[in-house]
Amino acid sequence: MIEVKDLTKIYGTKHAVDGISFTVNEGEILGFLGPNGAGKSTTMNILTGYISSTSGTAKIAGFDILDDPIEAKKHIGYLPEHPPLYLDMTVQAYLEFCYQLKKAKQPMKAHLEDICQRVKIADVKNRIIKNLSKGYRQRVGLAQALIGNPEVLILDEPTVGLDPKQIIEIRNLIKTLGKRHTVILSSHILPEVQAVCDRVVVINKGKIVADDTEENLSHKLSDDFRYIARIEGPEEEVTKILHGISNMKDVQSYGEKENGVFEYALEAEPGADIRRELFNRLADRKYPLLGLRSTELTLEDIFLQLTSDGSNKLDGGTN
Amino acid sequence: MLAVLRREMSNYFTSPIGYIFLAVFYFFSGMFFTNVLAYNSTDITNVFSGLFTVLMFIIPLLTMRSMSEEKKQKTDQLLLTSPIKLGNLVIGKFLAAFIIYCIALAITVVYSIILAVYETPEWSVVVGNIFGALLLGAALIAIGVFISSLTENQLIAAIGSFAVMMFIMMIDSFASLIPVEFISNILLKISFMTRYTDFVNGILNFANVLFFLSIAVIFNFFTVRILEKKRWS
Repeated sequence: MIEVKDLTKIYGTKHAVDGISFTVNEGEILGFLGPNGAGKSTTMNILTGYISSTSGTAKIAGFDILDDPIEAKKHIGYLPEHPPLYLDMTVQAYLEFCYQLKKAKQPMKAHLEDICQRVKIADVKNRIIKNLSKGYRQRVGLAQALIGNPEVLILDEPTVGLDPKQIIEIRNLIKTLGKRHTVILSSHILPEVQAVCDRVVVINKGKIVADDTEENLSHKLSDDFRYIARIEGPEEEVTKILHGISNMKDVQSYGEKENGVFEYALEAEPGADIRRELFNRLADRKYPLLGLRSTELTLEDIFLQLTSDGSNKLDGGTN
Repeated sequence: MLAVLRREMSNYFTSPIGYIFLAVFYFFSGMFFTNVLAYNSTDITNVFSGLFTVLMFIIPLLTMRSMSEEKKQKTDQLLLTSPIKLGNLVIGKFLAAFIIYCIALAITVVYSIILAVYETPEWSVVVGNIFGALLLGAALIAIGVFISSLTENQLIAAIGSFAVMMFIMMIDSFASLIPVEFISNILLKISFMTRYTDFVNGILNFANVLFFLSIAVIFNFFTVRILEKKRWS
């Protein structure tokens, strides 16, 4: 459905997007994961024809976005980072405008009503967009993208600025959309991508660092090797014991948290499981292990992991 | 194109801009017309010759938002990713402003009819005057829309347009200041004032018609190029 090949965008001397290639199959929800400034929005703007690429091609439903922009754009619904809303219009008037702009074929009244129901904005239909909250504006933006039932939906950080309840609603909505549409969704939040997407493309500094199914990726990433441990006992001695554990890479003390109880950050060699040895050694010396939890992976960690040795296993030869 | 045109038109009247434009236009044209009546004359051309200067000041009001505001509100992202040709988008914007201008100019038809009560005017001259004013307006609006597409700040668009309009107004004085005959001749050839005055005096010169039409077409084309260039930079 979407075919991207060697896409590059250069601003001056900066490579905002640097030779990206990937494909999205019909009915798939693709997550586009990366930190701020990784090139997510730039890629999406190129895919939707808002800006052009410096080199490379992007095809939507078989139509090249540069050679055949009008045809390609007919198949896309786009929700940019800032929803493109005319603040002085009512929601209804705005959606009618979008309907005409996109030359949608469906009967207007029923189609717009259906969309309003799906994104739950029916009750604010006659209000002026200026007076709507951020969450509602985001939904109106989403409604706009759905007009004309485009095969491809491109959503740029659709849950930014929403409250937790709304985030869950929007995520569920996107999941249901995935049944009828092909969806590309960008985010800098890992759990979000994990919750919604079938496949994940991780992008950093304009380059793809991983392209895999959500299960594979999180499996490979969830090799627990970083822990926070709370141990009762004298700091120095416990640190010594911890260092003595095989495969232990790094031990850091976070200081005393309770009376006589210290917290430590432990990092093992990737792939090594240190939990049993940790328990046994502490038990031998009668230093109670009061708590042990693995630290959550941040995006930074993921990039570190993906760009270090393990990366070649993960990405399909993009390097 | 129709969708853009319709939205623009309604936008002129949901914001005060459309009303202000019409009010200022009607005020000044009314003033000129009162003058005509006060001097017991039925020569409506005085209204039209006066309008030239007024237009220079109020056309920027009409065009300053048209492109700049889209960029500022990021709504250009909606327009440029919709299956609509850039040319149609620009023409929609241009026509919306032009139609508002036509509504304003329609008042001169009323004036002519009032004058006709007293004495049958030279209808061909009246029609020629209106035609000339339409052409002048189209050219100025195209220039204004173009300048609006250069910035995302409507104030800068307005000031930029005023500056250009000032220049257009004073081309003739510039020409007389420049001692090099070659250059002053070129300036005189692009004088909006001289060409418009021909219409006012009842002279229908095909070259003048072509001049204003070309300006309108060329600047609309430039606007399209500016939008296109944004995508490539």
